Amino acid sequence: MVKVAIWGSLRGFTEGRAEIEVEAATTKEMLDKLVEAYPGLRPQVERGVSVAIDGFVYKDAWFTPIRPDSEVVLMPLMVGG
Amino acid sequence: MSRIHVTTSVNGDEVDFLCEPDETLLDALRNRLGLTGSKEGCGTGDCGACSVTLDGRLVCSCLVLAAEAEGREIATIEGMAEGEALHPLQKKFIEHAALQCGVCTPGILVATKALLEKNPDPSETEVRYWLAGNLCRCTGYDKIIRAVMDAAAELRRA
Amino acid sequence: MALDKQTTAKREFKVVGTRPLRPDGVDKVTGKALYGADLTAPGMLVGKILRSPHPHARIRSIDTSAAEAAPGVKAVITHADFTLPDDEDMRDILVNCMAFNKALYDGHAVAAVAAISEAAAKAALKLIKVDYEVLPHVTDVDEAMKPDAPVIERGRQAETVGEGFSENVTSYCEFGHGDIEAGFTRADHVIERSFKTEATHQGYIEPHACLATFTTDGKADLWCCTQGQYMVRRVCSAIMDMEASQLRVTPSEIGGGFGGKTTVFIEPVALMLAKKSGRPVKIVMSRSDVLRASGPTCSSSMDVRIGMTKDGRITAGHAKLRYQGGAFPCGTVEMGAMAAFAAYDLEAVRTQGWNAMTNRPKQAAYRAPGAPMAIYAVESVVDELCQHLGLDPLDVRLKNAAKAGTKASYGVTFTDIGLSACLAAAKAHPHYAAPLGPGQGRGVSCGFWFNFGGDTCVTLNVNMDGTVSVTEGNPDIGGSRASIGMMAAEELGVPFDKVRTQVVDTASLGYNEVTDGSRVTFAVGLATIKAAQAAKAEMCRRAAMIWGIDAEAVTWEDGCAKPSGPNAGDFPPMTLAEIAAVSSQTGGPIAGHHEVNADGAGVSFGVHLVDVEVDPETGATKVLRYTVFQDAGKAVHPDYVEGQMQGGAVQGIGWALNEEYIYGEDGRLQNAGFLDYRVPVASDLPMIDTVILEIPNPGHPYGVRGVGETSIVPPLAAIANAVSRAAGVRLTELPMSPPRILAALDAARPKAAAE
Repeated sequence: MVKVAIWGSLRGFTEGRAEIEVEAATTKEMLDKLVEAYPGLRPQVERGVSVAIDGFVYKDAWFTPIRPDSEVVLMPLMVGG
Repeated sequence: MSRIHVTTSVNGDEVDFLCEPDETLLDALRNRLGLTGSKEGCGTGDCGACSVTLDGRLVCSCLVLAAEAEGREIATIEGMAEGEALHPLQKKFIEHAALQCGVCTPGILVATKALLEKNPDPSETEVRYWLAGNLCRCTGYDKIIRAVMDAAAELRRA
Repeated sequence: MALDKQTTAKREFKVVGTRPLRPDGVDKVTGKALYGADLTAPGMLVGKILRSPHPHARIRSIDTSAAEAAPGVKAVITHADFTLPDDEDMRDILVNCMAFNKALYDGHAVAAVAAISEAAAKAALKLIKVDYEVLPHVTDVDEAMKPDAPVIERGRQAETVGEGFSENVTSYCEFGHGDIEAGFTRADHVIERSFKTEATHQGYIEPHACLATFTTDGKADLWCCTQGQYMVRRVCSAIMDMEASQLRVTPSEIGGGFGGKTTVFIEPVALMLAKKSGRPVKIVMSRSDVLRASGPTCSSSMDVRIGMTKDGRITAGHAKLRYQGGAFPCGTVEMGAMAAFAAYDLEAVRTQGWNAMTNRPKQAAYRAPGAPMAIYAVESVVDELCQHLGLDPLDVRLKNAAKAGTKASYGVTFTDIGLSACLAAAKAHPHYAAPLGPGQGRGVSCGFWFNFGGDTCVTLNVNMDGTVSVTEGNPDIGGSRASIGMMAAEELGVPFDKVRTQVVDTASLGYNEVTDGSRVTFAVGLATIKAAQAAKAEMCRRAAMIWGIDAEAVTWEDGCAKPSGPNAGDFPPMTLAEIAAVSSQTGGPIAGHHEVNADGAGVSFGVHLVDVEVDPETGATKVLRYTVFQDAGKAVHPDYVEGQMQGGAVQGIGWALNEEYIYGEDGRLQNAGFLDYRVPVASDLPMIDTVILEIPNPGHPYGVRGVGETSIVPPLAAIANAVSRAAGVRLTELPMSPPRILAALDAARPKAAAE
């Protein structure tokens, strides 16, 4: 199981939980499982999210492997200058 | 409105063109003569990207009418290097990394050359005030000032 | 690759870290380099855009008949010529380029013409009759959030926004951890302040410009100044409802962007005019159009509350950020809310952000978008706490600094970061100990940016004469051709002058993300190194064939293939040039390429020190001395790393002291020119000293970190903190223009003096 940290304003859709455990080995699996478990997250996931794994930020990368002990943080999609 | 026939000298070459009465010298240089080295950053004389000299005097070519060029001598960035040999200012700008995007660079070089012709040994403050009408948004001016001071020193030695 | 990041950053570099002359230097000092407005085409028309004079108005009708009939006019277009795309982001971009049912801000495009001359095009614009129903408008963020505010567009609110706001509030975000109220209870002193910052503009000297051609069989070519030709192709092909392959976008040299050229404003208009007229069409924005109708930053309104113990430990931090990003939804406040407290290792932190729509142009990215204002507010309150408690501002920041293992307020745990090293370098620097005169003050601030990687595609060809051509797809905005070429030369073991780097059109490579997020030297560099490695592997294979040994028994060293293992010393090494010379005979051309969605960019921290003097008579602030400390991971070309640090610092100085969007009661922009929108000029400034630190980024083979953006972040608070110490007044509104400082000084002066 992977623990995924959810940012504050999304917790209204996760029954207030700041951390959700899902069975996932890649970022795509992780996002799919999150949306399956908490359909209220779908609009934000479809708008776009970045995922930080062990401190590194990944954008739109489905098959980035996630280890069970990885730190996984959901982040809004990053935009730059 | 009928067009005006203008005969003038650009970088030592005699040229002529037809222009509208309200056309700027900058537009004539760029669109009639194909000299696109002078840039339009504002069109109101605030940014200096279009700097050229008119009879040796530094002007914003966006504030000069093309018709005013009749019988005058214009120098633009395209005339600064002599053949393959870059002017010392041009060399120093590359050496000191005094440009990033480079769009203000032609105007700054023309303006600086005009300064060094009047004042071969300017202080840093004099350079900064002389170039206060030439905006650069990339460099923070630091490396530009260093390049100018170094080029001035080299020109004094020459 | 993600889980076994390796770094060879301790290696000895031969090319990386040196300062060769940039390859595009001569073109740019002689006026030969071609920028957006510099290209012409035979039969070319001049395109001009009619813009709304109203900040908010329903468009009842547009009558273009007189303009169409005018002499020399070849095409007139309005929104009726476009079809709204299904995709919401694309729809917003199109509606920003050409108003549909409503004009949403002063300067919003409503129609366009293409004519045979500038004069004919201008005359035609005057013949277009737009029937407007003027609507109430709002340009201030706080006003726009009030429940009774005029609504820009209904139905844009995200599900996360709570009750009590107008429909202009499109999104809400929240980050943080720990119990902040318990943290504030533990504090010896708590300060809460409210701040406002005005919108600023990237202020690139080159206005947006493009030249479009469209053939009757549906193929199009576009030349434009942009931070990303592939983005332009993606957006414009979607808007024009054409296949991406039918549109070729060639990037011109770019005269500055800083984020403002990561979207489109005029390109779809030029394409539609070219399609309708059957002729090439060039559009060049005027400076006033750039300021009114391209993409300035968000303006902001913020509340920050921080608690500190007597010995300088921050016990809790709370920030509420309200940004407006113009007439469309905008996610920049999320970046601000994530970045606000990034420099601190905190047990309890909470940031909240709201975005509101207003009758202003759609904001675009500007160097570390969203971060400068949020960090300005936080760093101002930290500094005021230091003043109140009598603590050294660098010591306090060192005591609370985020470091490897710190859980950031936005959730991630940092790996190796350079903040403490920057703070220590600032503390030890002679600048920090230099004496100050009367009326002078010194300020300090930290800065942060995330940095990105993203889609990147590089091809590296080994030419038969032993030279190397690198083909990349990111416009060179500040010397990146040099840094990319240097990394290719380093990896191949050849001199820098044997490598030429070209930035190419959209037909020549796969998708490359825009030049943004400080990504180019990191991500394009990474792809270039990998492409060079692929070419080296191929050259080793060719040498093995020539020698008749196994390819595995050949290694690449110092620009040569060498036999190794059991064959070591059996054959003299073959240079790159020797292998390239016989490439045809050994199987054909030699190339390496690499395509990646690059990750591992590595966050960036910096610390700025500034001395200022405030004139009590005029309220004018003079910057006396400035030093930038920033972690570059590995500085590939130190001149251009310094250039990024200096340029960003000066843009931040402008944001702090003089730059602002000024909207009148009528909702119109009052200072749409460089005379009144005043960017820093040479005589405003001292030299900008730089100290580059190199804490290798484990996500890059050479340890490189992006350096482009962080430097704009610290100046806002550094200068506010210096002004506070110089003049005894703390400004909570930006810019700190002379009238604002004077008003604060007057308010602080004893009343008796006037009586």
